[in-house]
Amino acid sequence: MTYIQLSYSNLVLPALLVVMDGVLSLVLRLKLEKQLAIATVRMVIQLVLVGYVLTFLFAAVSPLWTALAALIMVLFASREIVARQKRRLRGVWKYGLGAGCTLLAAGTVTIFALLTELRPDPWYHPRYALPLLGMMLGNTMTGISLGLDVLTNSLVRERAAVEACLALGGTRHQALLPTVRDALRSGFMPIMNSMAAIGLVSLPGMMTGQILAGVEPVDAVKYQLLIMFLIAGGTGLGTLVAVLGGARLLTDHRHRLRLDRISTEG
Amino acid sequence: MLTVSGLKRLHLSVSFELQDGECVALQGPSGVGKTLLLRSIADLDPNEGTVKLDGTLREAMPAPAWRRRVTYLAAEPGWWADVVQEHFAAWDDALPLVTRLGLPDDCGPWSIQRLSTGERQRLGLVRALMLRSRVLLLDEPTSALDSASAAAVETLIAERVSNGTSVVWSTHDKAQARRVGSRILAMRHDGGIEESRP
Repeated sequence: MTYIQLSYSNLVLPALLVVMDGVLSLVLRLKLEKQLAIATVRMVIQLVLVGYVLTFLFAAVSPLWTALAALIMVLFASREIVARQKRRLRGVWKYGLGAGCTLLAAGTVTIFALLTELRPDPWYHPRYALPLLGMMLGNTMTGISLGLDVLTNSLVRERAAVEACLALGGTRHQALLPTVRDALRSGFMPIMNSMAAIGLVSLPGMMTGQILAGVEPVDAVKYQLLIMFLIAGGTGLGTLVAVLGGARLLTDHRHRLRLDRISTEG
Repeated sequence: MLTVSGLKRLHLSVSFELQDGECVALQGPSGVGKTLLLRSIADLDPNEGTVKLDGTLREAMPAPAWRRRVTYLAAEPGWWADVVQEHFAAWDDALPLVTRLGLPDDCGPWSIQRLSTGERQRLGLVRALMLRSRVLLLDEPTSALDSASAAAVETLIAERVSNGTSVVWSTHDKAQARRVGSRILAMRHDGGIEESRP
Protein backbone atom coordinates (compact mmCIF):
# COMPACT_ATOMS: atom_id res chain seq x y z
CA MET A 1 0.00 0.00 0.00
CA THR A 2 1.46 3.32 -1.03
CA TYR A 3 -0.10 6.71 -0.81
CA ILE A 4 0.95 10.24 -1.61
CA GLN A 5 1.59 12.09 1.62
CA LEU A 6 0.61 15.73 1.91
CA SER A 7 2.40 18.41 3.87
CA TYR A 8 0.65 21.56 5.09
CA SER A 9 2.38 23.51 2.30
CA ASN A 10 0.54 21.30 -0.22
CA LEU A 11 -2.71 22.80 1.09
CA VAL A 12 -1.89 26.43 0.37
CA LEU A 13 -2.72 26.30 -3.33
CA PRO A 14 -6.05 24.44 -2.89
CA ALA A 15 -6.99 26.86 -0.11
CA LEU A 16 -6.81 29.65 -2.69
CA LEU A 17 -9.98 28.15 -4.17
CA VAL A 18 -11.84 29.19 -1.02
CA VAL A 19 -10.31 32.65 -1.35
CA MET A 20 -11.70 32.66 -4.88
CA ASP A 21 -15.17 31.94 -3.43
CA GLY A 22 -14.69 34.88 -1.09
CA VAL A 23 -13.72 37.18 -3.94
CA LEU A 24 -16.78 36.03 -5.89
CA SER A 25 -18.95 36.84 -2.88
CA LEU A 26 -17.42 40.32 -2.64
CA VAL A 27 -17.70 41.06 -6.35
CA LEU A 28 -21.29 39.80 -6.61
CA ARG A 29 -22.23 41.28 -3.22
CA LEU A 30 -23.52 37.95 -1.90
CA LYS A 31 -22.50 39.02 1.63
CA LEU A 32 -21.27 35.51 2.30
CA GLU A 33 -17.60 36.37 2.81
CA LYS A 34 -17.80 36.69 6.59
CA GLN A 35 -19.70 33.43 7.00
CA LEU A 36 -17.35 31.76 4.56
CA ALA A 37 -14.30 32.92 6.47
CA ILE A 38 -15.73 31.72 9.80
CA ALA A 39 -16.73 28.37 8.33
CA THR A 40 -13.32 27.86 6.76
CA VAL A 41 -11.43 28.75 9.94
CA ARG A 42 -13.73 26.50 11.98
CA MET A 43 -13.19 23.62 9.60
CA VAL A 44 -9.43 23.94 9.69
CA ILE A 45 -9.24 24.19 13.48
CA GLN A 46 -11.73 21.38 14.09
CA LEU A 47 -10.08 18.99 11.66
CA VAL A 48 -6.52 19.68 12.80
CA LEU A 49 -7.60 19.23 16.41
CA VAL A 50 -9.36 15.97 15.58
CA GLY A 51 -6.20 14.81 13.84
CA TYR A 52 -4.17 15.33 17.03
CA VAL A 53 -6.90 13.90 19.27
CA LEU A 54 -7.08 10.75 17.14
CA THR A 55 -3.29 10.47 17.12
CA PHE A 56 -3.34 10.60 20.90
CA LEU A 57 -6.19 8.10 21.14
CA PHE A 58 -4.57 5.67 18.72
CA ALA A 59 -1.36 5.78 20.70
CA ALA A 60 -3.14 5.35 24.03
CA VAL A 61 -5.54 2.53 22.99
CA SER A 62 -7.26 3.05 26.32
CA PRO A 63 -10.85 1.84 26.77
CA LEU A 64 -11.54 4.83 29.01
CA TRP A 65 -10.35 7.51 26.56
CA THR A 66 -12.06 5.76 23.67
CA ALA A 67 -15.33 5.62 25.60
CA LEU A 68 -15.03 9.30 26.49
CA ALA A 69 -14.47 10.25 22.84
CA ALA A 70 -17.47 8.10 21.84
CA LEU A 71 -19.62 9.78 24.49
CA ILE A 72 -18.71 13.25 23.24
CA MET A 73 -19.58 12.19 19.69
CA VAL A 74 -22.99 10.93 20.85
CA LEU A 75 -23.65 14.20 22.69
CA PHE A 76 -22.92 16.25 19.57
CA ALA A 77 -25.16 13.92 17.56
CA SER A 78 -28.08 14.38 19.96
CA ARG A 79 -27.60 18.14 19.89
CA GLU A 80 -27.78 17.97 16.12
CA ILE A 81 -31.00 15.91 16.29
CA VAL A 82 -32.64 18.50 18.53
CA ALA A 83 -31.45 21.32 16.24
CA ARG A 84 -33.20 19.66 13.30
CA GLN A 85 -36.60 19.42 15.05
CA LYS A 86 -39.20 22.08 14.49
CA ARG A 87 -41.19 20.82 17.47
CA ARG A 88 -39.31 19.45 20.45
CA LEU A 89 -40.16 17.39 23.47
CA ARG A 90 -40.24 19.15 26.80
CA GLY A 91 -37.96 18.31 29.72
CA VAL A 92 -35.18 15.75 29.86
CA TRP A 93 -36.52 13.90 26.84
CA LYS A 94 -35.70 16.83 24.57
CA TYR A 95 -32.11 15.58 24.38
CA GLY A 96 -32.64 12.25 26.11
CA LEU A 97 -34.65 10.51 23.41
CA GLY A 98 -32.30 11.39 20.56
CA ALA A 99 -29.18 10.67 22.61
CA GLY A 100 -30.53 7.38 23.89
CA CYS A 101 -31.57 6.18 20.46
CA THR A 102 -28.37 7.16 18.63
CA LEU A 103 -26.29 5.61 21.40
CA LEU A 104 -28.36 2.42 21.30
CA ALA A 105 -28.46 2.10 17.52
CA ALA A 106 -24.98 3.31 16.54
CA GLY A 107 -23.39 1.69 19.58
CA THR A 108 -25.04 -1.67 18.98
CA VAL A 109 -24.09 -2.00 15.31
CA THR A 110 -20.56 -0.68 15.92
CA ILE A 111 -19.92 -3.19 18.67
CA PHE A 112 -21.59 -5.88 16.57
CA ALA A 113 -19.18 -5.21 13.68
CA LEU A 114 -16.15 -5.01 15.97
CA LEU A 115 -16.92 -8.27 17.72
CA THR A 116 -18.02 -10.38 14.75
CA GLU A 117 -16.30 -9.36 11.51
CA LEU A 118 -13.54 -6.79 12.05
CA ARG A 119 -12.13 -8.20 15.30
CA PRO A 120 -9.33 -5.71 15.92
CA ASP A 121 -7.07 -6.37 18.89
CA PRO A 122 -8.21 -5.15 21.38
CA TRP A 123 -11.80 -5.06 20.11
CA TYR A 124 -12.24 -1.43 21.24
CA HIS A 125 -9.16 -0.22 19.35
CA PRO A 126 -9.98 3.44 18.58
CA ARG A 127 -8.56 3.20 15.04
CA TYR A 128 -11.53 1.00 14.18
CA ALA A 129 -14.12 1.84 16.84
CA LEU A 130 -14.20 5.63 16.46
CA PRO A 131 -14.38 6.02 12.65
CA LEU A 132 -17.00 3.27 12.56
CA LEU A 133 -19.03 4.89 15.32
CA GLY A 134 -18.74 8.26 13.59
CA MET A 135 -20.19 6.92 10.36
CA MET A 136 -22.98 5.14 12.24
CA LEU A 137 -23.84 8.25 14.25
CA GLY A 138 -23.98 10.49 11.20
CA ASN A 139 -26.43 8.20 9.45
CA THR A 140 -28.62 6.98 12.31
CA MET A 141 -28.92 10.62 13.37
CA THR A 142 -30.49 11.46 10.03
CA GLY A 143 -33.06 8.68 10.32
CA ILE A 144 -33.88 9.46 13.91
CA SER A 145 -34.30 13.20 13.42
CA LEU A 146 -36.43 12.74 10.31
CA GLY A 147 -38.61 10.13 12.01
CA LEU A 148 -39.16 12.27 15.10
CA ASP A 149 -39.82 15.37 13.03
CA VAL A 150 -42.52 13.64 10.98
CA LEU A 151 -44.00 12.09 14.12
CA THR A 152 -44.42 15.35 16.03
CA ASN A 153 -45.52 17.38 13.01
CA SER A 154 -48.13 14.87 11.88
CA LEU A 155 -49.48 14.42 15.39
CA VAL A 156 -50.03 18.17 15.64
CA ARG A 157 -51.57 18.29 12.18
CA GLU A 158 -53.66 15.11 12.55
CA ARG A 159 -54.72 15.77 16.11
CA ALA A 160 -58.45 15.63 15.30
CA ALA A 161 -58.09 12.26 13.58
CA VAL A 162 -56.02 10.77 16.39
CA GLU A 163 -58.39 12.05 19.06
CA ALA A 164 -61.44 10.84 17.12
CA CYS A 165 -59.99 7.34 17.24
CA LEU A 166 -59.24 7.69 20.97
CA ALA A 167 -62.70 9.09 21.74
CA LEU A 168 -64.28 6.08 20.05
CA GLY A 169 -62.44 3.72 22.39
CA GLY A 170 -59.29 3.16 20.35
CA THR A 171 -56.08 2.46 22.24
CA ARG A 172 -53.13 4.79 21.85
CA HIS A 173 -51.46 2.17 19.67
CA GLN A 174 -54.41 2.02 17.30
CA ALA A 175 -54.78 5.79 17.22
CA LEU A 176 -51.12 6.50 16.53
CA LEU A 177 -50.41 3.63 14.14
CA PRO A 178 -50.95 5.57 10.86
CA THR A 179 -48.71 8.41 12.10
CA VAL A 180 -46.06 6.02 13.39
CA ARG A 181 -45.99 4.24 10.02
CA ASP A 182 -45.47 7.55 8.18
CA ALA A 183 -42.71 8.56 10.57
CA LEU A 184 -40.89 5.22 10.20
CA ARG A 185 -41.15 5.39 6.42
CA SER A 186 -39.61 8.87 6.38
CA GLY A 187 -36.81 7.78 8.70
CA PHE A 188 -35.89 4.80 6.50
CA MET A 189 -36.07 6.72 3.23
CA PRO A 190 -32.59 8.40 3.12
CA ILE A 191 -30.62 5.20 3.68
CA MET A 192 -32.64 3.36 1.04
CA ASN A 193 -32.13 6.18 -1.43
CA SER A 194 -28.41 6.27 -0.80
CA MET A 195 -28.13 2.48 -1.14
CA ALA A 196 -29.85 2.72 -4.51
CA ALA A 197 -27.66 5.58 -5.77
CA ILE A 198 -24.34 4.41 -4.34
CA GLY A 199 -21.71 3.51 -6.93
CA LEU A 200 -23.66 5.07 -9.78
CA VAL A 201 -24.25 8.62 -8.63
CA SER A 202 -22.05 8.80 -5.57
CA LEU A 203 -18.76 7.25 -4.55
CA PRO A 204 -18.84 7.13 -0.76
CA GLY A 205 -16.19 9.13 1.04
CA MET A 206 -14.82 6.25 3.03
CA MET A 207 -14.33 4.10 -0.03
CA THR A 208 -12.62 6.83 -2.05
CA GLY A 209 -10.47 7.55 1.00
CA GLN A 210 -9.31 3.95 1.12
CA ILE A 211 -8.65 3.92 -2.61
CA LEU A 212 -6.57 7.09 -2.33
CA ALA A 213 -4.66 5.42 0.48
CA GLY A 214 -3.70 2.62 -1.88
CA VAL A 215 -6.29 -0.07 -1.08
CA GLU A 216 -7.44 -2.18 -4.01
CA PRO A 217 -10.87 -0.97 -5.18
CA VAL A 218 -12.47 -4.37 -4.70
CA ASP A 219 -11.26 -4.49 -1.11
CA ALA A 220 -12.46 -0.94 -0.50
CA VAL A 221 -15.86 -1.99 -1.87
CA LYS A 222 -16.07 -4.83 0.65
CA TYR A 223 -15.46 -2.37 3.46
CA GLN A 224 -18.05 -0.02 2.07
CA LEU A 225 -20.62 -2.82 1.83
CA LEU A 226 -19.98 -3.69 5.46
CA ILE A 227 -20.51 -0.05 6.39
CA MET A 228 -23.71 0.22 4.38
CA PHE A 229 -25.18 -2.92 5.95
CA LEU A 230 -24.31 -1.59 9.39
CA ILE A 231 -25.83 1.81 8.58
CA ALA A 232 -29.03 0.20 7.30
CA GLY A 233 -29.33 -1.88 10.46
CA GLY A 234 -28.46 1.00 12.75
CA THR A 235 -30.86 3.40 11.07
CA GLY A 236 -33.67 0.87 11.22
CA LEU A 237 -33.08 0.14 14.90
CA GLY A 238 -32.57 3.78 15.88
CA THR A 239 -35.56 5.12 13.96
CA LEU A 240 -37.81 2.38 15.30
CA VAL A 241 -36.88 3.00 18.92
CA ALA A 242 -37.02 6.79 18.53
CA VAL A 243 -40.43 6.87 16.84
CA LEU A 244 -42.00 4.28 19.18
CA GLY A 245 -40.45 6.05 22.15
CA GLY A 246 -41.70 9.40 20.90
CA ALA A 247 -45.19 8.00 20.37
CA ARG A 248 -45.17 6.66 23.90
CA LEU A 249 -43.97 9.96 25.37
CA LEU A 250 -46.67 11.89 23.52
CA THR A 251 -49.45 9.73 24.95
CA ASP A 252 -50.12 8.66 28.52
CA HIS A 253 -51.37 5.67 30.50
CA ARG A 254 -54.98 6.85 30.11
CA HIS A 255 -54.52 6.74 26.34
CA ARG A 256 -54.61 10.50 25.89
CA LEU A 257 -52.76 12.45 23.22
CA ARG A 258 -50.38 14.74 25.12
CA LEU A 259 -49.37 17.46 22.70
CA ASP A 260 -48.71 19.63 25.75
CA ARG A 261 -45.45 17.69 26.00
CA ILE A 262 -44.24 19.31 22.77
CA SER A 263 -42.72 22.75 22.86
CA THR A 264 -42.56 24.84 19.71
CA GLU A 265 -40.22 27.64 20.71
CA GLY A 266 -36.92 27.74 18.84
CA MET B 1 -76.11 6.87 36.09
CA LEU B 2 -73.14 9.15 35.42
CA THR B 3 -71.79 10.95 38.47
CA VAL B 4 -69.40 13.85 38.08
CA SER B 5 -68.09 15.32 41.31
CA GLY B 6 -65.42 17.93 41.79
CA LEU B 7 -64.16 17.64 38.23
CA LYS B 8 -61.32 20.12 37.80
CA ARG B 9 -59.55 21.15 34.62
CA LEU B 10 -57.95 24.61 34.25
CA HIS B 11 -60.62 27.01 35.55
CA LEU B 12 -63.40 24.41 35.50
CA SER B 13 -64.88 23.02 38.69
CA VAL B 14 -68.02 21.03 38.01
CA SER B 15 -70.29 18.52 39.73
CA PHE B 16 -73.53 17.05 38.39
CA GLU B 17 -75.42 13.81 37.96
CA LEU B 18 -76.97 12.34 34.87
CA GLN B 19 -79.71 9.70 35.10
CA ASP B 20 -80.09 6.86 32.62
CA GLY B 21 -82.30 7.94 29.76
CA GLU B 22 -81.82 11.61 30.50
CA CYS B 23 -80.65 14.33 28.15
CA VAL B 24 -79.28 17.58 29.57
CA ALA B 25 -78.39 20.60 27.49
CA LEU B 26 -75.08 22.34 28.15
CA GLN B 27 -75.10 26.05 27.41
CA GLY B 28 -72.72 28.94 27.72
CA PRO B 29 -70.91 31.51 25.62
CA SER B 30 -68.07 30.47 23.31
CA GLY B 31 -64.79 29.88 25.09
CA VAL B 32 -66.39 29.30 28.49
CA GLY B 33 -65.20 25.69 28.55
CA LYS B 34 -68.03 23.46 27.31
CA THR B 35 -65.72 21.45 25.08
CA LEU B 36 -63.16 21.28 27.87
CA LEU B 37 -65.78 19.84 30.24
CA LEU B 38 -67.01 17.20 27.78
CA ARG B 39 -63.46 16.15 26.90
CA SER B 40 -62.56 15.90 30.57
CA ILE B 41 -65.52 13.64 31.33
CA ALA B 42 -64.36 11.36 28.50
CA ASP B 43 -60.86 11.52 30.06
CA LEU B 44 -59.31 12.87 26.87
CA ASP B 45 -57.41 15.55 28.80
CA PRO B 46 -55.67 15.21 32.17
CA ASN B 47 -58.12 16.31 34.87
CA GLU B 48 -58.93 15.80 38.53
CA GLY B 49 -62.07 14.71 40.28
CA THR B 50 -64.26 11.63 40.49
CA VAL B 51 -66.32 10.52 37.53
CA LYS B 52 -68.33 7.31 37.91
CA LEU B 53 -70.65 5.30 35.74
CA ASP B 54 -73.14 3.28 37.84
CA GLY B 55 -70.83 3.72 40.81
CA THR B 56 -67.74 2.43 38.99
CA LEU B 57 -64.81 4.84 38.87
CA ARG B 58 -63.49 5.50 35.38
CA GLU B 59 -59.97 4.79 36.68
CA ALA B 60 -61.15 1.27 37.51
CA MET B 61 -61.25 0.43 33.82
CA PRO B 62 -58.86 1.04 30.93
CA ALA B 63 -59.45 4.42 29.29
CA PRO B 64 -60.55 2.92 25.92
CA ALA B 65 -63.23 0.87 27.71
CA TRP B 66 -64.42 4.00 29.53
CA ARG B 67 -64.66 5.94 26.26
CA ARG B 68 -66.67 3.18 24.61
CA ARG B 69 -69.21 3.65 27.42
CA VAL B 70 -68.89 7.41 27.81
CA THR B 71 -68.28 8.68 24.29
CA TYR B 72 -67.28 12.20 23.31
CA LEU B 73 -68.20 13.46 19.86
CA ALA B 74 -66.33 16.55 18.66
CA ALA B 75 -68.12 19.31 16.77
CA GLU B 76 -65.76 18.67 13.89
CA PRO B 77 -65.03 14.96 14.09
CA GLY B 78 -61.64 13.77 12.81
CA TRP B 79 -60.96 11.11 10.17
CA TRP B 80 -57.94 8.85 10.14
CA ALA B 81 -58.48 6.96 6.85
CA ASP B 82 -59.09 8.17 3.30
CA VAL B 83 -62.52 6.69 2.71
CA VAL B 84 -65.79 6.94 4.67
CA GLN B 85 -66.46 3.26 5.28
CA GLU B 86 -62.96 2.52 6.57
CA HIS B 87 -63.96 4.38 9.73
CA PHE B 88 -66.69 1.89 10.52
CA ALA B 89 -66.22 -1.59 11.94
CA ALA B 90 -69.41 -2.71 10.11
CA TRP B 91 -70.45 -0.27 7.42
CA ASP B 92 -73.54 -2.27 6.40
CA ASP B 93 -74.90 -2.07 9.94
CA ALA B 94 -74.40 1.69 9.88
CA LEU B 95 -76.33 2.19 6.62
CA PRO B 96 -79.82 2.52 8.18
CA LEU B 97 -78.57 5.38 10.37
CA VAL B 98 -76.69 6.95 7.47
CA THR B 99 -79.81 7.10 5.32
CA ARG B 100 -81.96 8.26 8.21
CA LEU B 101 -79.75 11.32 8.51
CA GLY B 102 -80.32 12.12 4.85
CA LEU B 103 -77.03 10.83 3.42
CA PRO B 104 -77.00 8.69 0.26
CA ASP B 105 -76.51 4.95 0.86
CA ASP B 106 -73.64 4.82 -1.65
CA CYS B 107 -71.41 7.21 0.31
CA GLY B 108 -69.36 4.34 1.82
CA PRO B 109 -66.53 4.49 -0.74
CA TRP B 110 -66.51 8.28 -0.86
CA SER B 111 -63.32 10.09 -0.08
CA ILE B 112 -63.35 12.08 3.16
CA GLN B 113 -61.96 15.04 1.22
CA ARG B 114 -65.12 15.52 -0.82
CA LEU B 115 -67.51 15.55 2.16
CA SER B 116 -69.05 18.84 3.23
CA THR B 117 -68.75 19.95 6.86
CA GLY B 118 -72.37 18.95 7.45
CA GLU B 119 -71.86 15.52 5.92
CA ARG B 120 -68.81 14.96 8.08
CA GLN B 121 -70.75 15.98 11.15
CA ARG B 122 -73.58 13.54 10.45
CA LEU B 123 -71.22 10.68 9.55
CA GLY B 124 -69.25 11.40 12.71
CA LEU B 125 -72.45 11.08 14.71
CA VAL B 126 -73.34 7.77 13.06
CA ARG B 127 -69.83 6.49 13.73
CA ALA B 128 -70.19 7.37 17.43
CA LEU B 129 -73.73 5.94 17.66
CA MET B 130 -72.49 2.57 16.37
CA LEU B 131 -70.73 2.07 19.71
CA ARG B 132 -74.09 2.07 21.53
CA SER B 133 -72.45 3.92 24.41
CA ARG B 134 -74.19 4.38 27.76
CA VAL B 135 -73.43 8.10 27.76
CA LEU B 136 -73.05 10.40 24.76
CA LEU B 137 -71.20 13.70 25.14
CA LEU B 138 -72.29 15.64 22.07
CA ASP B 139 -70.36 18.82 21.32
CA GLU B 140 -72.63 21.03 19.19
CA PRO B 141 -73.70 18.05 17.08
CA THR B 142 -75.87 20.11 14.71
CA SER B 143 -73.71 23.24 14.36
CA ALA B 144 -73.06 22.65 10.64
CA LEU B 145 -76.53 21.30 9.75
CA ASP B 146 -79.61 22.83 8.13
CA SER B 147 -82.83 22.73 10.13
CA ALA B 148 -84.15 19.56 8.46
CA SER B 149 -80.98 17.59 9.16
CA ALA B 150 -80.80 19.01 12.67
CA ALA B 151 -84.38 17.84 13.30
CA ALA B 152 -83.45 14.35 12.05
CA VAL B 153 -80.50 14.29 14.48
CA GLU B 154 -82.70 15.46 17.36
CA THR B 155 -85.25 12.72 16.64
CA LEU B 156 -82.56 10.05 16.40
CA ILE B 157 -80.96 11.08 19.69
CA ALA B 158 -84.39 11.30 21.37
CA GLU B 159 -84.97 7.65 20.42
CA ARG B 160 -81.66 6.65 21.98
CA VAL B 161 -82.54 8.60 25.12
CA SER B 162 -85.90 6.85 25.43
CA ASN B 163 -84.00 3.56 25.17
CA GLY B 164 -81.90 4.50 28.19
CA THR B 165 -78.88 6.32 26.75
CA SER B 166 -77.83 9.41 28.70
CA VAL B 167 -76.79 12.49 26.77
CA VAL B 168 -75.01 15.75 27.50
CA TRP B 169 -75.78 18.02 24.53
CA SER B 170 -73.79 21.19 24.20
CA THR B 171 -75.50 23.83 22.06
CA HIS B 172 -75.53 27.57 21.39
CA ASP B 173 -79.14 27.43 20.30
CA LYS B 174 -81.47 28.27 23.21
CA ALA B 175 -84.53 26.86 21.45
CA GLN B 176 -82.67 23.59 20.78
CA ALA B 177 -81.50 23.43 24.39
CA ARG B 178 -85.15 23.69 25.56
CA ARG B 179 -86.29 21.10 23.01
CA VAL B 180 -83.70 18.41 23.75
CA GLY B 181 -82.84 18.95 27.41
CA SER B 182 -84.90 17.88 30.39
CA ARG B 183 -82.54 20.14 32.33
CA ILE B 184 -80.23 22.91 31.24
CA LEU B 185 -76.71 23.29 32.63
CA ALA B 186 -75.39 26.79 32.02
CA MET B 187 -71.64 27.25 32.29
CA ARG B 188 -70.40 30.39 33.96
CA HIS B 189 -67.18 32.24 33.28
CA ASP B 190 -65.82 31.23 36.69
CA GLY B 191 -65.89 27.59 35.58
CA GLY B 192 -68.96 26.48 37.53
CA ILE B 193 -72.39 25.46 36.25
CA GLU B 194 -75.92 26.56 37.07
CA GLU B 195 -78.86 24.27 36.64
CA SER B 196 -82.28 25.28 35.38
CA ARG B 197 -85.43 23.65 34.01
CA PRO B 198 -86.48 24.57 30.48
